[in-house]
Amino acid sequence: MWTRLCCSCAAVAWLLAGAAAAAQSSSKPPSKSPSNDDCLACHEETVKGFAASTHGPLQCVDCHADLASVKEFPHAEKLSKVACGSCHDAVAGKYHDSIHAWAAEKAGLVGAPRCADCHGKHDIRPRTDVSSRVYRDRIPETCGGCHAGIRDQYATSVHAAALKRHDARAPVCIDCHTTHAIQRADTDAWRLSVTAECGTCHAGVVDSFRRTFHGKVTALGFTRVAACADCHGAHGILPASNPASMVSKARLVETCGRCHPGANDRFVQYDPHPNPGDYRRSAVLWWANRFYWVLIPGCFGFFGLHSALWYWRSRREGAR
Amino acid sequence: MTPAVLEPPALEEQPRVEPHEASTRPEPPRYLARFDAEARVLHVVIMVTFLGLSATGLPLLFSDAAWGRALAALFGGFHGAGLVHRAMGATLLAAVAWHVGRVSWRAFARGERGIFWGPTSMVPQPRDVGDLFRQMRWFLGLGPRPRFEHFTYWEKFDYMAVLWGTAIMGAAGLILWFPVAASRVLPGWLFNVALFVHGAEATLAIVFIFVVHFFNGHLRPGKFPMDLVIFTGRIPEDALRHERTAEYERLCAAGAIDALTVPPPSESSIVGGRVIGAGGLAIGLALFALIVYAVVR
Repeated sequence: MWTRLCCSCAAVAWLLAGAAAAAQSSSKPPSKSPSNDDCLACHEETVKGFAASTHGPLQCVDCHADLASVKEFPHAEKLSKVACGSCHDAVAGKYHDSIHAWAAEKAGLVGAPRCADCHGKHDIRPRTDVSSRVYRDRIPETCGGCHAGIRDQYATSVHAAALKRHDARAPVCIDCHTTHAIQRADTDAWRLSVTAECGTCHAGVVDSFRRTFHGKVTALGFTRVAACADCHGAHGILPASNPASMVSKARLVETCGRCHPGANDRFVQYDPHPNPGDYRRSAVLWWANRFYWVLIPGCFGFFGLHSALWYWRSRREGAR
Repeated sequence: MTPAVLEPPALEEQPRVEPHEASTRPEPPRYLARFDAEARVLHVVIMVTFLGLSATGLPLLFSDAAWGRALAALFGGFHGAGLVHRAMGATLLAAVAWHVGRVSWRAFARGERGIFWGPTSMVPQPRDVGDLFRQMRWFLGLGPRPRFEHFTYWEKFDYMAVLWGTAIMGAAGLILWFPVAASRVLPGWLFNVALFVHGAEATLAIVFIFVVHFFNGHLRPGKFPMDLVIFTGRIPEDALRHERTAEYERLCAAGAIDALTVPPPSESSIVGGRVIGAGGLAIGLALFALIVYAVVR
């Protein structure tokens, strides 16, 4: 009944609006395609917010392309899926390789997100807009719509606290996991790449990590040793000053002991972020560094000269 | 390192004389014993383990270099490289420990006083300082070649460097291998020092061996491309007289030359020495080139 009524309205609107209305629309006005006003005649409630959205200047049929050539109304109830990638092809390509696309398209999981689940449908706003679902501060909430457990862990973290202060550097989900190319978090490739993400803010800390056995081995592509998240945690990261932190003094033996069973109080005096140039951090390491900086150049300098002179003299004496 | 290569040929074997040599010089060059089987085996064991340790350790030391992963992949990835590294390290430690045990036994049980002091000792002595200065003067054309004894000062330096290096690298390596066990007696911050020292000492040892030792021992004019004495154990009398004049004269004066005379090295020991030596030189120089590439880039 409703459909029928709607259809007659649409048909009336179609007739009334005519060529003038079609000419008014900013983009291509195909004389035979239904205009936005035609659609709004029935779908005003559904598309609330569309005009103010970032897609406001577009025609409905730009996205709902299968309706562009429909002449009979009411149109079929089941429409084709909107292909965002027809405009956003680069992003669609990234999404296509992601775990979300795999879940949605290959594994057939009903909850797996497609574009609209994060960005919204008709009311899509740019990410710089504070009311956007993908505005930085709202990302944890958006992702947390599905990943509620992780959202709650994140909410306790030092990173969430920084976000609450509107610190622009505070990382949200997408900073580590990326936006569209999201991968499984348990693959070696992803675990190895995330260290670099930590390093975008914590550069010095990652540098010092790279000086350690852990850092060198992970740099070689081997993941059975600790990277950032193995000691610091991933979502619920807390500063070492917080007793609940995995790297607080009180929990170090437990944290190191997860990989090094039998670790004790002396074991955890190990510095996972050493700096041979920092005398106050470790005087012995500083002295060792100094010692070799004298010994190695001294040794090579002396014997380099020794060999060069020897070569010169031997040549002069005819290689005897 | 087959025994056939390292074992001296039977004494009955007659020295082979090349026909044209026989016509111009009836007497073939006389060879004197310089290194016993123990020393030659020790050199090959140290050589093989040192090259293996370098090849498996350098990927870690230069983990950010493009070739780090590729070199580790030769050993089946980092895990395989780590296993080879530990096996080689344990072998080298065992070889050096055995050598130190043998030297102690010879010195204290058999009473070989000359092992710690005197003309044939490896221990640096005042004459080595003098030899160094005389060598420098010769380099500059200000004096004659020094008259060296059984071991020269640079050979003693190499030897002491192996002892010192193995002790340092071994201690640091064992701490890194068994950190939990080490933490029963040692503080954890020492692991940081151990890793740093292991890397720095490795840099020193690798570059020293692949440049200085290779040059002094094998690649310098007069020795190029390699000195086979450490592989065959036998030195031509002429070479001893020229390179180690003091030793040669001491042996002559003591009438000990005849007792040291051995047949010339067998063909197989020469070929074996060339193969092992050239392989070691090639691998060492290739690894050194990788280091230079990583540092320069």
